[in-house]
Amino acid sequence: MSNFLLASIGRKFLMSITGLFLLMFIGVHLAINLLLIFDDSGELFNVGAHFMASNPAIKIMEPLLGLGFLIHILWSFVLEYQNWKARPVKYNKKDRGGSSTWASRNMLILGALILVFLVIHIINFFWVIKFNPHSMQTVTIGGTVMEDAYTLVADLFKASIVYDIFYVFGGVLLGIHLTHGFWSAFQTLGLNNKNWMKRLQFLAMVYAVIVAVGFSVIPLYFLIKF
Amino acid sequence: MADKILKKLNIKVWRQNRASEKGKFETYKIENVSTGSSFLEMMDILNNDLIEKGIDPIAYDHDCREGICGICSLYINGRPHGPDTEVTTCQLHMRKFKEGETIVIEPWRAAAFPVIKDLVVDRIAFEKILQAGGFVSVNTGGVPEANSIPVAYDDAEESMDAASCIGCGACVAACKNSSAMLFVSAKISHLAKLPQGKIEAKQRARNMVAKMDELGFGGCTNTGACEVECPKSISITNIARLNREYLVARISE
Ligand code: HEM
Ligand code: SF4
Ligand code: FES
Repeated sequence: MSNFLLASIGRKFLMSITGLFLLMFIGVHLAINLLLIFDDSGELFNVGAHFMASNPAIKIMEPLLGLGFLIHILWSFVLEYQNWKARPVKYNKKDRGGSSTWASRNMLILGALILVFLVIHIINFFWVIKFNPHSMQTVTIGGTVMEDAYTLVADLFKASIVYDIFYVFGGVLLGIHLTHGFWSAFQTLGLNNKNWMKRLQFLAMVYAVIVAVGFSVIPLYFLIKF
Repeated sequence: MADKILKKLNIKVWRQNRASEKGKFETYKIENVSTGSSFLEMMDILNNDLIEKGIDPIAYDHDCREGICGICSLYINGRPHGPDTEVTTCQLHMRKFKEGETIVIEPWRAAAFPVIKDLVVDRIAFEKILQAGGFVSVNTGGVPEANSIPVAYDDAEESMDAASCIGCGACVAACKNSSAMLFVSAKISHLAKLPQGKIEAKQRARNMVAKMDELGFGGCTNTGACEVECPKSISITNIARLNREYLVARISE
């Protein structure tokens, strides 16, 4: 088994499985986050966030998600190092613009930038909610006392234009990563053929735009409205 | 109509005496090249000039010069087989270049394709992958009746498309990872699509991929550059098929 995961196609198999898992997570994450801009009282988002934090299914998913990120990131470096080694002498002149997309050639750079975003993003919100909830305000909704996650997010986005821009960047980078990553994951698993190639690449573009626009709209909403 | 003449060109080319020696770029001038001549004819004219000047001619691979043998190579101005689509270097013409231009010529670059001399690389790695693929179970004996094994039209077409791979290695040269996946997928697909090839399909996929990894080719990241630069336009949907064949073969092991 271990030699399967180190074989060229095995390495990619692991990338695509973890990538697809992260894709599903990102979809759910975006859906909850969009509650932020549909209710300025914050009630909807707080209920959503509280549901996610207290739901037993999510309790199981959380460590799995961490593991998914960890494997995807570690393997991306292993895989790109192996690929880099396969060409010890580089070309003097390259003309690649016409034969492949920029995103497909720069998945590691995009990924590494997403990783930087991820670390700061975790410090901003996840860490506070998870390990330092006493620093947060509480609200009572429908008789349940819960942390006021809405205020935590809204205050950051209202107060800092730098953070707003940073979060827009994060969304756009992830979107670009997914223009390639989405269809590539299916190709890697062998779930592609001449009919599905165009369809998957179209779906990839749709998903990437939804992710990029969806995540960017949230900080921009707070920036412009407040 | 007479072909235009390119009065002057600069040819910046990789020179390397042998595998163990370090190479470097040299730039040569060449004059009065007809746009109607092929790229390799231009190379021959340049080599004549060099011989007359007492310089060692540039070594490069060529044989059929009609796009079928797969031996010509050359990474020209940043692209394998140069600035044209669906052609090999031997089918490339000088009309694709401009007056006064500096044309950069490099060998295929890959750990698995070491330079032998100048622009000639050793592509024995491809033969080794084919060998690892093994045989197809066709028993000797009388000629079988052609219609006894029905093959769907689409399958036959896809198989033939994959079989048009000439093993030139442009896919490896084009790939940012020096991956041989397009070549291997073509070789896997032309057999996997036919009933005769199904019998050894699993062991073929396992062995060819294992050999490909062992020889130091990189992995596929689906950039698709290989398909665009392939002189035979082998489709990367073959790579999806290879992934499928390989994953099924490994899981059922
Ligand atoms: C939420 C975040 C992320 C999602 C949804 C995601 C999703 C994906 C998907 C679906 C693929 C395609 C897999 C395949 O081609 O088989 C992929 C590839 C890749 N990811 Fe991510 N990714 C994320 C974060 C990251 C991070 C943080 C890094 C690294 C530092 C990274 C590095 C890569 C690399 C290098 C590839 C290319 C691998 C290849 O094409 O072979 N990704 N990603
Ligand atoms: S797949 Fe295309 S580029 Fe690769 S060896 Fe075959 S013919 Fe050449
Ligand atoms: S010399 Fe035979 S394909 Fe170019």
